[in-house]
Amino acid sequence: MSNVPSLQITELAFAYPDGNQALYGVNLTIQKGERVALLGPNGAGKTTLVMHMNGIHPTMQGEVRISGELVDSKNKESLKAIRSKVGIVFQDPDDQLFMPTVGEDVAFGPYNMGLRGEALDKVVQEALTQVGMLDFIDRPPHHLSFGQRRRVAVATVLAMKPEILVLDEPSSNLDPASRRELADILRSLDITIVMVTHDLPYAFELCERSVILSGGIIVADGKTGQILNDEKLLKSHRLELPVGFSFN
Amino acid sequence: MSKIPILLLFKRALIEIPFVFFAILMPFFGEGEKFSIFGVMVYREGLLAGTSIVVKGTLGVLAAVILSTTTTAREILRGLEKLKLPMIMVQIASFMLRYINVISDEMERMKVARESRGFIATGIKHWKVLATAAAALFIRSYERGERVHLAMLSRGFDGALPSLDSHSVTTREWFTALSIPGLALIASITASLIGW
Repeated sequence: MSNVPSLQITELAFAYPDGNQALYGVNLTIQKGERVALLGPNGAGKTTLVMHMNGIHPTMQGEVRISGELVDSKNKESLKAIRSKVGIVFQDPDDQLFMPTVGEDVAFGPYNMGLRGEALDKVVQEALTQVGMLDFIDRPPHHLSFGQRRRVAVATVLAMKPEILVLDEPSSNLDPASRRELADILRSLDITIVMVTHDLPYAFELCERSVILSGGIIVADGKTGQILNDEKLLKSHRLELPVGFSFN
Repeated sequence: MSKIPILLLFKRALIEIPFVFFAILMPFFGEGEKFSIFGVMVYREGLLAGTSIVVKGTLGVLAAVILSTTTTAREILRGLEKLKLPMIMVQIASFMLRYINVISDEMERMKVARESRGFIATGIKHWKVLATAAAALFIRSYERGERVHLAMLSRGFDGALPSLDSHSVTTREWFTALSIPGLALIASITASLIGW
């Protein structure tokens, strides 16, 4: 088990029905427990890639494996298992939190996985405790602050005990304190993390390794510090560190 | 549960007034048999019809006010679920409850953005702008619906939302719930005994 990578993507290519090709042969392997930042300019295909990880987009060419298991969007049963292994936290928490209360929303995923009764309650409480939001279990989501909603959104996928946590722009719209709180939470989780982001300092803070996706292929893969120090590389893929920011 | 101040109940029931206004006028107009009450001539037919409208209306409004004051929207949804309203309708109502604030906030932001650029709707010539804004809001909401569905699929949604948990009903709650129908029953029995 220990040698099976959490995520293994080989030669993945994808074109939208209108002929617009988004991915041109992506190869990416992420080991268990790694935290990897997926960087890239707008329109690089980051979201398309993420949508392949849990079979929302059917694989056209190449393959995606989650801890060894092939993502096959035609096989309903295996797809269900895959979706419990890959937890995606979407950018807008209002899209993710659709149930009347925080507790019910966190219960949604594990419920679909077949958990009921006490076992379900326990999982919900654990997940909310992990993000420090247990006190809000009976609140409706629209009464929470944006940062709190983002944390609950993380809990909704943690409750499914995923093998790999995928976050789409986790730091967007967060105030500095919420941003740090979320970083602390993410660091405390013993789980494989893929973080899609434009926030390069945040990537540096949380992820040892970074990959750059640009024009539908992986153009760089290495230590975050090295990649972010390579100004030429960043610039050629429309990435820039904030003004006055440097790594030494 | 049943601790609604009478005054609040009364205030909320005031909404009924415009609706019963004409019912109150009814006894004074019409034709046929007339008789006098406290020196005022009223028509028998009109009095009966008017009283019946006022009574039905008041009972209906009181029932609605009590339901909405004592029961949260979520409890009402649970009730509907228990009453075997088709699942899909309960789900739609539940999504509406969740997103009504999100969408009204969005509408408010669009309004602020319009007004920040000097737009104030004053008359018919501004309807075009408002209609475009409504269309934009509709499309945004539709796209949000798509994203919500995507998020649901990602968490293993296969057509059934978890049913809402419900607690059992106590004898007291039964009595509270039956008080209004009880009153209605007494009213109708009394009416039939008097011979109306």
